[in-house]
Parts: sequence; C-alpha cells; structure tokens
Amino acid sequence: MKLLRTSFALFLFLPLFAIAQSGKLPSVVVQTLDGKKVNTSTWSNGGKPMIINFWATWCAPCKRELNTIAEKYADWQKQTGVKLIAVSIDDARSMNRVAPYVNGQDWDYDVVLDPNGDLKRALNVNNVPHTFLVDGKGNIVWQHNNYEPGDENELFKKLKELL
Amino acid sequence: MRAACRDFHIFADMLDPWKRILRTATFAFIALGASRSFHLRAQEGGQIHGNFSMDGQYYTEDTLIGALQPPQQWGSNAWGNLNYSTGNFKAGVRFESYEPALLGYPAGVPYTGSGIGYRYASYTKDDLEVTVGNFYEQFGQGLAFRSYEERYLGVDNAMDGLRVKFRPDTGIYLKGFIGRQRLGFDGPNRGGFFNGSGIVRGIDGEVSLTEAWPRCFPKWIEKGHVVTLGGSFVSKYEGDDDPLYEFPENVGLYAARVNYTTAKWNIYTEYAHKINDPNTSNENIYKDGQALMLNATYSVKGLGVSAGAHSYDNMVFRSGRGAGPFDLNINFQPPLAKQHTYNLPATLYPYATQANGEVGYQGEVFYKFKKGTKLGGARGMKLAVNWSGAWSLDSTRIPNDTVRFDGYTANFFSLGARNYYQDLNLELRKKVSDHWELALTYLNFVYDIAQVQGKPGKPMIYADMFVLEGMHNFSDRNSVRFELQHLNTKQDQGNWATAVAEFTFSPHWFLAAMDQYNYGGSVTTEQIHYPIGSIGYIRGGSRFSMSYGRQRAGIFCVGGVCRVVPAANGLSLSITSTF
Repeated sequence: MKLLRTSFALFLFLPLFAIAQSGKLPSVVVQTLDGKKVNTSTWSNGGKPMIINFWATWCAPCKRELNTIAEKYADWQKQTGVKLIAVSIDDARSMNRVAPYVNGQDWDYDVVLDPNGDLKRALNVNNVPHTFLVDGKGNIVWQHNNYEPGDENELFKKLKELL
Repeated sequence: MRAACRDFHIFADMLDPWKRILRTATFAFIALGASRSFHLRAQEGGQIHGNFSMDGQYYTEDTLIGALQPPQQWGSNAWGNLNYSTGNFKAGVRFESYEPALLGYPAGVPYTGSGIGYRYASYTKDDLEVTVGNFYEQFGQGLAFRSYEERYLGVDNAMDGLRVKFRPDTGIYLKGFIGRQRLGFDGPNRGGFFNGSGIVRGIDGEVSLTEAWPRCFPKWIEKGHVVTLGGSFVSKYEGDDDPLYEFPENVGLYAARVNYTTAKWNIYTEYAHKINDPNTSNENIYKDGQALMLNATYSVKGLGVSAGAHSYDNMVFRSGRGAGPFDLNINFQPPLAKQHTYNLPATLYPYATQANGEVGYQGEVFYKFKKGTKLGGARGMKLAVNWSGAWSLDSTRIPNDTVRFDGYTANFFSLGARNYYQDLNLELRKKVSDHWELALTYLNFVYDIAQVQGKPGKPMIYADMFVLEGMHNFSDRNSVRFELQHLNTKQDQGNWATAVAEFTFSPHWFLAAMDQYNYGGSVTTEQIHYPIGSIGYIRGGSRFSMSYGRQRAGIFCVGGVCRVVPAANGLSLSITSTF
C-alpha cells in the first residue's frame, strides 16, 4: 500500500518533467571577485554561447563538476568560443573563501558572488549544482540540475548543437 | 471477518496521509497548469517561470534509534514559486504546503497548512527599482541587516513592506526599506505566512571610489584597484507594554565597511554598533553591542590564502524581544568554521556562531602542486589546509548591577577562558590515473558540546577523523564513488564509522547506499547501524529521488544556521524542478 501511495503521488508529479525551458537572463546585480557590481542582464559573449553554473564552496558535487570541466575548458573554448560563468551562492560565512579556493584550483572561469541568493532566486534554482546553457542571443536553451561524472559530455553535446 | 476489519482500519488510517498527498499534488498541479498555459500566452508579452520542491517522508517507529511515528504518519514540505516578468515589471508568488511539516522542521516558529508564503511586485525604471510585498535584502556582509531564506533549513525572515534601490550615479548605490519580518506560517487560520509585530527600517549607501570618481584616483585605476566604502543605519520599533521593565521601543544600529581589492589581494572589514537593546537572549541588559570582522585573502593561480578574525559582543538583533534564536533575526553574524561536506564531520559536531558574543579566527591555504613536479606527479595534486576556532569573549560581570542593568563589561577581541571549538583539517586530492581519483582528509575537532549544542554538563569533545574518498570511471557515463569515514573520540557517543557507495549513470540515474555505525570504541553505547539506500533520476532541471532506511539524528547547517533533525526511519521522497 505504501508503495502504491508513493507511486500515485509520483504519477501526479510526472508532468513536471515535461516543461520546456526558455527565457532570457534576468536583471540582477552580482559581485565580481575584483570587487565590482555587475548586472546580469548585460552578460554576453559576443554572440557565442555561455554556461552559467551555480555552485558553492560547501558543495562537493559542484566542485567535482567545475574541476572536471576545468580540464576540458580550454578545449571547449577553442571549439565553441564558450564562456563559463561560475556563480557562487556562498553567503557571508564562506564568500571570503571563494577567491582563494578558485585560484587554488587554478580555474579559468569568470566567477561571481551571489551572497544573498538574488540571482539564484531569479533563475528559480532550488539547489546546487545547477547549470544553464545560454545561446549567442542570450536565450536560456537548456538546463541541468545535479552533477554526475559524465554529465559534462551531455553539456558539451548541447553546446555543440548551438553552433 | 477479522481480516476485513483490519483492512478497513488500515484504510481509515491511510485516509489522512492520502488527503495530504492529494492536496500537495493538486496544489502542484494547479501551479503547473497555470504556468504552462501562461507560458504559451505570455510568449510575446512576458515570461512565466518558477520552480517546485517537495520533500516527503513516511515515518515508521524505531525505538532503537529514538525515531517516532507522528500521528499523521506522513510529513511533507512543499513549495512552488511562480514569477512573471515583462519589460521592467516583475511579480511573483510562492505557495507553500506543510501537511504536516517534516519532523524538526522548521527551526523556529511552526509552519502548518497550505497557503501563500511570499508575494511581491517590483518595477525598474532607469536607475530606480521599487519592490512592494516580500523581498530579501542584505547590507554589506550582514552585520547590520540580512533578510534571507534557507528553505531547506526552515529559516525565512523575508521582509514584507517596501524597498527602494537607487543608483544616482555610476558607482553609487543607495537602498532603503521598511516593513515587518516573516515569523511563521499558518495556512488554516491566516491563509499563509504571518509576520512579527515589530517594524524594521533601514538605509544603506555604497560608493565605489574608483568607479564614482575615476579622475580622483588615477593611480588606483591604472593598477586596477577597487575601493568600496559602505555605511548603513537600521532600526526597529516594538511597542512596550511590559509591566516590569521599561524597554526602549526604538533600537538603532549603524554599520560601516571598507573593501579593498587588487588583482591579488582582497581586504574586507565591517564594523557594527548597536545601542541598548534588552531582550530575552541577552537577559534584558541595556549594554550596547558591537561587532567587527576582518578578512584578508591573497591569491594567484595555483595558490590561495585567507585569514579572518571577528569579535562579536551582544549583537543579537531581533524585531521581537522575546523571539527564539531562529526567529525575527534582523542581522547575521557569520561564523568562521568551514562547512564540511562529508557526513560525519558535517552533521555530528558543526559550529554555529554563539549569539551573544565570541572571538573567532580562521586561516586557510589552497595549493596546487603542478603537473610534472615531484609531489604533483603526472596529473598534479591539490592541497587544502584550514583552521578555525572561537572563544568566549573576555568579560566581567558587573556587581550590584541594579541601576543601569549593563550586565557585564567586555574586552573587545580579547579571548575569554572558554574555547567553544577548534577545527583543523587537511585535504589531499589527486587524480592517480585517467580513471581514478583519490582524496584523503584528516580532521581534528575540539568541541564544547555543552555550550554549542546546549547540553550542560557534557564534557569537551576531542575527535579525530579520517576520510578516504575514491572515484572511478568505468566509462564516459558510468562511475562509482565511495567514502570511508572514521571518527575517533572518547567522549559523547564514542566512535563512528561510515561507508558510502554511489553509482552514477550519467545523465539520468544514480544509486547510493550508506551505512553509519556507532560502535562506541572505548565508550559504552548501544552499537547501532544506520543503513540507508537511495535512488534518483535527473532530467534537465528536474530531480527526483527516493530513500529508504534509517537516518541518524543530526545537525544540518547552511550558512551560519544549524537545525537539529531528529532520527527517522522510513521512506523519503524528494522532487525538485525548475522551469
């Protein structure tokens, strides 16, 4: 019975998975690591695609994902011209650890801070990691929650489809 | 006949949880249906987007671990946000449902029933932004004001009122707000969230010197330095009808901050001062409060170093004098302890800022041994070392304090006798081959459980932990990850061992199993296993997972806030979706 009840609830929620994504980047102010404020609606990559990845220093799968992509990033950039913006949702407790961590990992990403979750809320992110793919015109064309080793291949496939 | 009766009973028992699931599902459905049709209609005019999250648990009683079955048997926390935006206009609403809330959730005033948890409308015109209804906001790093949500912890002190943001010129940012704070949630009687009775208002200004007046600072601009100054004033009003005390009805707090950034350095400091604010937390003393935090980081490619310190004295600031520790907080006093990701160090002995005063320090180094070096090997190796600690504030109680009720005097930044915690941890991470990555972590905790977890009389805990983590890729898509954790201590519940195995099949599936074993070691405890299995499915922005097994009572922290989650046994279900 327990199982039945669960599967019924499950069935009801299934349509959730069928929703298509679309939309533009919202207009929210975030901070760069060099102390500046940036409005996210001005983000662009000269007509090339962008990856927007939400992460935190306290999130193990997030760090796995960004460290994995870091090894392929130069190659991805060469092939697609993509820019990855890593949005840290670390709050006042850990936001000061972001810059040393990022450099300690030797990442080449653009990293911004969203300490009170304004951008996270504007893009309706529930939990991290959460990745958005934005095409050259600024449309959000694909998104992915969670990270499993190998997911980066899926992301790269979607990225190449944009070219 | 007996069988029939029993069946009937089961059916009657189940009606309630059924209704609850149905209600939750209907609410999700309506929200969804609405969003989908809007989605189509709004193609030209604007966008509808949002998210949905549900965590449910079916509880079974388990006396060995102290897990209870509540009368409703099933608990679930669910919410869905719907946001509409068109041009310069934005509006949104969040439906929430707790039928009933999961055990131990939320941290403060209870959430019951279903209804509206948050709603707002805002518009932006040139450099002006106006928001009415609910909003989240933060000044500086929060010593003066922080309105925020940690939905999974049950912390939400959303403001309800009016906020104006204005940028008069490049590099100058002004903000002002007024309103009340969300306190709890009561669907049946109030149709949703309800606020505390106190009023909070504040203003904040921030100037980036180099952006606002570039001609005055040519050298800084040439070198790429950024200097930002900020200042805030926040005050609260709460009427006083106390027959005994004469409480100040208006209490003010001011704060100032400086941030200096170069390509390699980032130095941040924030100071806040609060005038007399007798409240339950400080035992109704009239002493002023003050807080100072300092942080410096230095980083270049492959190396990052940070150092931080703070001293907090009597800085609890709530819009209700008698509010509990998780309710109606106006400001935020960030702790310096690292947030661990492995299960044992993260949930057994985590640290949260001690509300009325502490002195804390932290230091951290990240280093990457490059490829081809002796220690780096063929693929490089990463090292992280972190230490942090907090002590009581060096304070002296004022004798015969019957006139001013100042309580005590304190020496700012001077360590008191009591060490609340210390945490030293080292991590080495290395890719050993194309298919294997290993990480080895050592942690050493000193932890005053009597103070931090409010368990008077319990001795100081000294614990050593080792964690070995390994990851192996079978192919481009399939991999396994395991963790072996061991915690060694002669205090509290004694030794723990944990094993985790997680199989992932990218991009959709995962399967995980974990066992935690409290075997005591030199401490006599009941030797208990906590096995749990999980399965999950991910597609796009949606994630669905299910677990079955025992969950140890633990402390879950996000940001500076920790919530105690009671032990549970049963089936749990989690769905999140973004659209």
